[in-house]
Amino acid sequence: MAPNLPPKAPLEHSQSVAGSPAAHEEEHHYRSGPLRWLLTTNHKEIGTLYLIFSLSMFLIGGVMALVVRLELFQPGLQMVQPEFFNQMTTMHGLIMVFGAVMPAFVGLANWMVPLQIGAPDMALPRLNNFSFWLLPIAFTLLLATLLMPGGGPNFGWTFYAPLSTTYAPPSTTFFIFALHMAGISSILGAINIIATILNLRAPGMRLMDMTLFVWTWLITAFLLIAVMPVLAGVITMMLLDINFGTSFFNAAGGGDPVLFQHLFWFFGHPEVYIMILPAFGIVSVIVPTFARKRLFGYASMVYATASIAILSFLVWAHHMFAVGLPLVAELFFMYTTMLIAVPTGVKVFNWITTLFRGSITFETPMLFALAFIVLFTIGGFSGLMLAIAPADFQYHDTYFVVAHFHYVLVPGAVFSIMAAVYYWLPKWTGHYPDERIGRWHFWLSVIGVNLLFFPMHFAGLAGMPRRIPDYALQFADFNMASSIGGFLFGFSQLLFVWVIVKCVRGGAKAPAKAWEGASDLEWTLPSPAPLHTFETPPDLRGFKFH
Amino acid sequence: MTPVQRTVTKTLIALLMMVGFTIALVPLYDVFCQITGLNGKSASQPRAVVSGEVDESRYVTVQFITRTGSGLPWRLEALNRQVRVHPGQAYEVRFAFVNHGKTASRGRAVPSVSPSEASLHLRKVTCFCFQEQRLEAGEKLELPMMFQLSSDLPEGIHTVTLAYTLYPVAEGPVANNKSTSMQGGDA
Repeated sequence: MAPNLPPKAPLEHSQSVAGSPAAHEEEHHYRSGPLRWLLTTNHKEIGTLYLIFSLSMFLIGGVMALVVRLELFQPGLQMVQPEFFNQMTTMHGLIMVFGAVMPAFVGLANWMVPLQIGAPDMALPRLNNFSFWLLPIAFTLLLATLLMPGGGPNFGWTFYAPLSTTYAPPSTTFFIFALHMAGISSILGAINIIATILNLRAPGMRLMDMTLFVWTWLITAFLLIAVMPVLAGVITMMLLDINFGTSFFNAAGGGDPVLFQHLFWFFGHPEVYIMILPAFGIVSVIVPTFARKRLFGYASMVYATASIAILSFLVWAHHMFAVGLPLVAELFFMYTTMLIAVPTGVKVFNWITTLFRGSITFETPMLFALAFIVLFTIGGFSGLMLAIAPADFQYHDTYFVVAHFHYVLVPGAVFSIMAAVYYWLPKWTGHYPDERIGRWHFWLSVIGVNLLFFPMHFAGLAGMPRRIPDYALQFADFNMASSIGGFLFGFSQLLFVWVIVKCVRGGAKAPAKAWEGASDLEWTLPSPAPLHTFETPPDLRGFKFH
Repeated sequence: MTPVQRTVTKTLIALLMMVGFTIALVPLYDVFCQITGLNGKSASQPRAVVSGEVDESRYVTVQFITRTGSGLPWRLEALNRQVRVHPGQAYEVRFAFVNHGKTASRGRAVPSVSPSEASLHLRKVTCFCFQEQRLEAGEKLELPMMFQLSSDLPEGIHTVTLAYTLYPVAEGPVANNKSTSMQGGDA
């Protein structure tokens, strides 16, 4: 790895920052107490805020999932009323998508993008502060709907009209407002990331020198700019339908409920890639580190990511095969959907080839990254099954769909976030995370997650419908297994919290280059990374990238 | 302008274009559906019968389904549930509206055609669905619907189903055919 080490310049630079006037800066610029966090414009502190926020949302959304699994432990209605069950499934989805996964990736981008491109901070630090603080407000409002008369959102996270308009609880207007705020936060975050990556790269770093994490985030940010306005538009139309007597989605007044689904999924499909592309980037950074090899096929990874992003705009109606599309449309969306398997296959191939004849060690971040590759691919395969339009008529709205998207989102996106946290914790805190608890966390999670979601495939193929609090007796065994797996997975996340808290408070000291095989720019900085880094850009001409 | 400002300006322009595109999608969708008939909506205006040859070699079954949406104590019944027609020939069927409620109310029947490909070939000369109905408490009303399936109906279509869903209309100034919709969709 020696030839991969950077030349003198960045190292010297970072040492001078580390050794220097951190204390002196504290005196000058920093408030103490909560106001410091409220007003901070530092990308590392904002990144930390995002990550803490998303972890709390992950736990809240997780508790809601456990309520669902508790009710589904046995057939019949035991624990909760169907109305509350519907609110739990809906809020679980909304919170996990908009409150846990998306902010976690934005938090990682805040922390790592400037460090990986040699920038002193994000391009728009005050905007960065604003985009973060919109989120706690949005989600406090969203959670507060649960206490309002008529309850919170109960129409599924996809909020199909007219369930979310004509038949919606009165709190829906608050739900729309909360989603608007979360959307604005995402848009501002995306603008910031684009401005940072395109303008603040250190001299000598070309676009094709960037790490895959930075690349995937750049593409994700463009996706956000493209589709968040569509989400904002569709919820505004809902708002008008509910409160101002328009009929965008109301057949009685000349509107069309199917239009809602088209608009929603035109946003929604790119949205699911927004939740997976940064995960691809994280895995593409972690796998080479612990395989002690360069990433195989760097350029093809970049092009594959871009192709997935472009294709994501051409597949939305595969969520609507059962809505009554003409045959031509069914075929078109079936083939474009299958086409996505090609660039995704390129990625999986490259990861495996990177591992091939590598000198692999299995630290916790690598365990999560490897589990990602295997389990995400399983989710990809069930996605291919769902892409077959005639077969989808059978699978539509069953637990097979639930199994599919949980496989790509939980051992997919969520595992990649956990891998990233274990991987970068030494850089953030200066301490290694506890490897023993980390392994316990990994193995319990991986067993729990498979016990939780794998039986759902069978329940779905046998015809068990989604989003219903009760089920026929023949599904009892599958559901009991799923529930046990759910509780195992859910409670093992407490270990994750424990590891993080323990790592922040102390542990084995990490050197600047915390992992032997790591070669990206952030590892030239001391651990923990000082509050201000790369204040004068490092000269990277001659730096050997990836 | 600094490079960062230039990037942000470009990004904001892209953002505004996507907002405009989203707004444009609604009328575009309506136009697209009107041209292709893909969402199964039949025309909201009476159309003249095309006099031409009647294709007597072919029979098409036309079925009528009625549904009452929530919030309206009415019953809508197709007096002819199913007719067999030749493409090109005009037919008249009758529908009965009954208000079971204790007060007068207004409603509107919204049609939907299945398979959607047939909606472009369905010509309605008169239809109760072109306007709202107002029924006194207990009133019964029989209304005609005259239609023609044009003779260029695709060969593969043997059955056409017309579904009428009754929706309540708020009491207020009588709205005409354009209804109170603020959006261009046709009922």
